[in-house]
Amino acid sequence: MNAITRKLVDLRDWVDERFPLMSLWNDHIAQYYAPKNFNFWYYFGALSMAVFGLQIVTGIWLAMNYKPDADLAFGSVEYIMRDVDWGWLIRYLHSTGASAFFIVIYLHMFRGLMYGSFKKPRELLWILGMLLYLMLMAEAFMGYLLPWGQMSYWGAQVIISLFGAIPVIGTTLSEWIRGDYVVSDITLNRFFSLHVIALPFALAGLVMLHILALHEVGSNNPDGVEIKKLKGPDGHPLDGIPFHPYYTVKDLMGLSVFLILFSAVVFFSPEMGGYFLEANNFIPANPMQTPPHISPVWYFTPYYSILRANTVNFLWIDAKVWGVVFMGLGVLIFFLLPWLDRSPVRSIRYRGPLFKGALGIFVVVFVILGYLGLLPPTAERTLMAQVCTVIYFLFFLLMPIYTSLDKNKPVPERVTK
Amino acid sequence: MRILIATLLLLMAPQFACANEGGLKLLKADVDLSDQASLQRGARLFVNYCGSCHSAAYMRYNRIGADLGISEELLKADLMFTTDKVGEPMRAAMPADDSKEWFGVTPPDLSVEARARGEDWLFSYLHGFYKDPSKTTGVNNLYFPGAAMPHVLWELQGVKRAVFSTHTSPEGMQTQVFEHFENEIPGTLDEVQYERATRDLVGFMVYMGEPAKLVRYALGVKVLGFLFIFFVAAYLLKREYWKDVN
Amino acid sequence: MRDAVVDTSRRRFLTGTTVVIGGIGAAFAAVPFISSFQPSARAKAMGAPVDVDISKLEPGQRLIQKWRGKPVWVVRRTDEMLENLNSFDAVALRDPQSDQSEQPRYAKNVWRSEKPEYLVLVGVCTHLGCSPSYVPDMSAPDVGIGWKGGFFCPCHGSKFDLAGRVYNGVPAPSNLVVPPYKFLTEGKLRVGEDDGVTA
Repeated sequence: MNAITRKLVDLRDWVDERFPLMSLWNDHIAQYYAPKNFNFWYYFGALSMAVFGLQIVTGIWLAMNYKPDADLAFGSVEYIMRDVDWGWLIRYLHSTGASAFFIVIYLHMFRGLMYGSFKKPRELLWILGMLLYLMLMAEAFMGYLLPWGQMSYWGAQVIISLFGAIPVIGTTLSEWIRGDYVVSDITLNRFFSLHVIALPFALAGLVMLHILALHEVGSNNPDGVEIKKLKGPDGHPLDGIPFHPYYTVKDLMGLSVFLILFSAVVFFSPEMGGYFLEANNFIPANPMQTPPHISPVWYFTPYYSILRANTVNFLWIDAKVWGVVFMGLGVLIFFLLPWLDRSPVRSIRYRGPLFKGALGIFVVVFVILGYLGLLPPTAERTLMAQVCTVIYFLFFLLMPIYTSLDKNKPVPERVTK
Repeated sequence: MRILIATLLLLMAPQFACANEGGLKLLKADVDLSDQASLQRGARLFVNYCGSCHSAAYMRYNRIGADLGISEELLKADLMFTTDKVGEPMRAAMPADDSKEWFGVTPPDLSVEARARGEDWLFSYLHGFYKDPSKTTGVNNLYFPGAAMPHVLWELQGVKRAVFSTHTSPEGMQTQVFEHFENEIPGTLDEVQYERATRDLVGFMVYMGEPAKLVRYALGVKVLGFLFIFFVAAYLLKREYWKDVN
Repeated sequence: MRDAVVDTSRRRFLTGTTVVIGGIGAAFAAVPFISSFQPSARAKAMGAPVDVDISKLEPGQRLIQKWRGKPVWVVRRTDEMLENLNSFDAVALRDPQSDQSEQPRYAKNVWRSEKPEYLVLVGVCTHLGCSPSYVPDMSAPDVGIGWKGGFFCPCHGSKFDLAGRVYNGVPAPSNLVVPPYKFLTEGKLRVGEDDGVTA
């Protein structure tokens, strides 16, 4: 046993002389000091990495049997579901994984909002995270076309047509994206390529940058205090603990809980009542017939609602254009958050009632918009979506005002608990 | 406040209440995938009544045999009319061009129909046929008005007449509201038997929509059990290490 | 923080337990991914037994039937050909009794077939997978002197006699494979299935 251990240590040292193995391990895991007061909300970063890994592995396996061809795509998915040994499980892991990815990412983003993790000096970290979110949306959107069902087809058709709203270049642009006059085999083929090669690469690269940026500035925490300010005689933050073993074991526990919930969906309700896999997507794509009600998958619906809420022509510009503009702004405005927030306080724990209220309303509005996006529009629903859209943007636009007026509480020197 | 109330009302509204035309409530299929005999009967009904026009191109005969406990000899004798190879998928007996000419549309492939429509819709559809001389098929369907498909199970169910009542709204709009069915010609099965037969058929179609469903739940229980044990170990490990911190 | 007494043995035990359980889980999780590489239901359906009509096969002729994507040969051997199979001396063939070769039980004989007249072989060289040519004539100058008819692999020069038995001194390690088969009627043969096990 000892001989083997010695051999392994020798091997490690051999590699370490030629590759920064130990310094990488120490910088990012064993000697990375994270605040000791992480709570429930701090699981979702590690979990989104885990889901990313799951999507990569299951995606590789699906691509072995999937055929990116308009005539064969739908059938190849059913082939995976039936003829390939265990194909059904691999497919459900991937389809459930897509929704799970957005769930953990939304919770991860909400954590950032709550505890002010986007504030100085973490602006770049936040921007990299938002880029990841954008990239993930593109990845999910293109992946959703691949089963080539009715929802895949018409969802893609609608979203790509949005680009047609852009004045002057719109039509050319949407044709350029599709490579055809409608969504077709050509579109499917290029989306497949982007979905399985280009975007996963970009995502992986951004994840690395996101983590590097995080480890440069250090993790924020539920109290929003900077643990690096107070260091012990050993040079390590007083309120910090090494990521390994403390957070590796804690995240492992978090992962086990996540896997329980995730498996419950995969095995007992992979369609999740039509939210994760839509019934209409079990009908092969038919360019001649739109299903009676189409809506995007749940994770896009807040923005879809904002898109539909714009029904007024304004400033000689068409309502359709405004819809696209506001939908785009709805995502992009998150990038500005570090500069919109004027509060000296990071964490919601020490913020005043104005920010707490604003964030609460924002969450409610975001959920309502998401819910409305799933439903066919009616006059009342459109009105409600319009009200919610206005509130959505006011949350950001008024932020400089209410964050500077807010009555904050004193922030402690050190983390609590 | 008004927004809040409106939201609550919206949230309470069942989401797909109007999934079928006419706002009719669907009948409950209540299929039981653990009832192998029922699925076997359903398979036979499917082949005899649906299979001549509809394909199920993703479903292989020998998979049905393996999943539903039907021997290869029985498969060949009872279920296979269109091919002699047990590994082949279920194709329609009638060429697609002919059926397109007959019905105006190619009868859709039924492999995943149960997933697209839902079991209750299928069950209701099979109970929704009534006499309507204005249609070329002689029948209409309560749950799918204008369906191109004739009532292939009419010999079993018999022929029914639908009784509608006319309602006039205060604005003077007249609407036809379905009241009930009346039997015109009795079928070879009575109502209870027909219900059982259609339940068998829909059950088979649910199975066919996702054959993995037969193993998915049982495996899920094992996986969850295992993950729970893993959670306990991870929890104890975490608690042990975190003694340092707390 | 590090003042409390650390129970290292408990730590080691819990770490070990978690790693073992996690490892078992990972192993189970790998099963679907590994199994999915196996031939799918479609591959199996396409590799199902095939029936061959041999009623029009003349003595000395060979026909080729595709089975599982591979060529399967049926040769109707003449009496002379069968006679010749006994004339090999002990060193000429590598595995004359077919002890190291793959064939159903009923084909483990000199003829390597159920009925001596009909030879059924998978036409894939046991060396590196090329398909040998059928060279039935006794005089075949390009194959070599002393050729008694058989199969010659153009890729690396392996030679087999008319029972698919490999010659000594060629790269192929064993005799050509005999697939499972059975005679349905006098003139009809099914490849891929016999009365024992379906291969």
